[in-house]
Amino acid sequence: MNKKNTTMPASVRQLLLLACALLPATAAAGPTGPTGQALAFTCAGCHGTDGSSVGPSMPAIAGMDPEVFVDAMRAYREDQRNPSIMNRIAKAYSDEQLEAMSWFFASQRLRVFPQEYDAALAARGVDLHQAYCEKCHENGGLPGDAGTLAGQWIPYLEFTMEDFLNGKRQWPRKMKRKVDAAIAEAGDQAIPALVNYYGSQSSTAATGATGATGVSADQEQ
Amino acid sequence: MTEMKRRTFLRAAGGAAALGTLGFPALVLGAARRVVVVGGGVGGCTAAKYLRKLDPSLAVTLIDPQAAYTSCFMSNEVLSGERTLESLTFGYDRLRAHGVQLVQDWAVGIDPDKQQVITQGGNRFDYDACVVSPGVDFKWEAIAGYDAQIANERIPHAWFAGPQTLLLRNQLQAMPEGGHVVIVAPLNPFKCPPGPYERASQIAMYCQHHKPRAKVTILDAKDAFSKQGLYMEGWRKLYGYGTDNSLIEWVSAAAGGAVEELDPDTRTLVGLVEDFQGDVVNIIPPQKAGKIAFAADLVEGDWCPVDKGTFESSRHPGIYVLGDASSAEKMPKSAYAANSQAKVAVAAIIARFRNQEPGDPTFVNTCYSIVGEDFGISVAAVYSLDSDTNTIEPIPGSGGVSPTNASPEIREREVSYAHSWFKNVINDMME
Repeated sequence: MNKKNTTMPASVRQLLLLACALLPATAAAGPTGPTGQALAFTCAGCHGTDGSSVGPSMPAIAGMDPEVFVDAMRAYREDQRNPSIMNRIAKAYSDEQLEAMSWFFASQRLRVFPQEYDAALAARGVDLHQAYCEKCHENGGLPGDAGTLAGQWIPYLEFTMEDFLNGKRQWPRKMKRKVDAAIAEAGDQAIPALVNYYGSQSSTAATGATGATGVSADQEQ
Repeated sequence: MTEMKRRTFLRAAGGAAALGTLGFPALVLGAARRVVVVGGGVGGCTAAKYLRKLDPSLAVTLIDPQAAYTSCFMSNEVLSGERTLESLTFGYDRLRAHGVQLVQDWAVGIDPDKQQVITQGGNRFDYDACVVSPGVDFKWEAIAGYDAQIANERIPHAWFAGPQTLLLRNQLQAMPEGGHVVIVAPLNPFKCPPGPYERASQIAMYCQHHKPRAKVTILDAKDAFSKQGLYMEGWRKLYGYGTDNSLIEWVSAAAGGAVEELDPDTRTLVGLVEDFQGDVVNIIPPQKAGKIAFAADLVEGDWCPVDKGTFESSRHPGIYVLGDASSAEKMPKSAYAANSQAKVAVAAIIARFRNQEPGDPTFVNTCYSIVGEDFGISVAAVYSLDSDTNTIEPIPGSGGVSPTNASPEIREREVSYAHSWFKNVINDMME
């Protein structure tokens, strides 16, 4: 999430992603050691089967851009994020292993789950999102070149924003300026509005009510 | 390419990749390969689900005497009143949806030559590979005067979630003001190493709300325990640990906490130094592998030796023993460990069916404990196999427990992580 790839054309990225998803996992993991799939399977107890979390404070990581995944895991490994169990786990993996896992999660379909949200705040959040966030978190925050926001669990989003605002997580380039601007516009409502908007997409994504074109998440009980 | 196209593209790629890994369908090989899974806990359910997920041509049968799974992890919250037993109970229909055949019966024997699992109901189930994940059984002989009947009726162990959890809960509610709760913690190794101490914490939380003059004493057969520093930090902050008015007292083995005998009528426990009497007594006896492991000749001593790269029994080929019953040092006997081991065993079984070498294994354990309101702690480890010594070694520099003296905000988050972790473990084993 720290950097946004601007040099590689999107179509090339997609072809690479496809090629790597089709490769046997062993090739991605290197000549020895556990496969990307085997490494990624151990994450399911906290992030749900194949990375679609059902636990409200754990993020969904299915469909995540490989580069975003590796950047996040490196940040945990280097203790650059507010200490959670992830810091301790990330330290076990080499760059090659993180990459192998990242391709596995990138090739998984994101399943999102309905959650309760404040409709009025979510409605305010749509506008704030369009004005300040859409440029990096495209299509309402669906998995892409920046972290997944659409359909993400609200408690997880709240923790994450708390960490940014309290200086416990480094802002990605431009993000602080954008968040500051959103707060300047909407005050204390800005963060809850955005968080409720992203959380609301677990209920609206299936019907495409957000207007986002990239809806692939399905609605599950 | 628009986002939608990219996503559709990815999905197509995923589907193609999955087809590529299926190998020859059952039609080509002849009859479907059969895997019989004994035990419907975390290890058995995860294995059954992932067998079908990774190779839908397999015929998978899961045998368990219960109609539903009741989670022992998180069941201490039933004692504090934070959660109901129903919220821990999950029907096996979720596994049926994966195409797993469920058989409600006790597995009483395994014939490794005929490759059959035999049930109490008199049925025999043929297998090409068998997964055994029966959990633990108790060494009743360790504490004189204690037995299964007394546990069921009067002095619960509550180490399997179910009626005994409710019995213990009811006894706490019926306990007089200023009552004394005694918990007897077992020697290593046992299921859920931090469990007895989380239990003491959850009972202390109940007492703080309802019986503030009560006291909880842990009589321990050991001189140290899992996450000890963090528990004691929590107890000091929440329950006055270390003061005269502490709600919790911990008596180590060296201090006389090892218990040899119970008088069930007076609820008196005989230690080496002194006797202890409780209004409510909870004895967690020392443990060994579940009954079927002994009946099927899978044990050496109390536990089942396995090849740790595959979890195949080193006594009987074709039988994979995982979860609490296996000797899986240095992994603890935990739900997450069983979940992680199940996936390694599944990969090994499928590789064997395809005449391939098993891949290198990888393992993770994570475990959360809720010490009190807004006070959660955790431990994590990532392991790899040392094939020279057949041990599962934590990867140096990784893992460990929550930071000491963390901010209240971190402790509060860990409670929320604990509940999310519970949902995801259950989800991954059966949904």
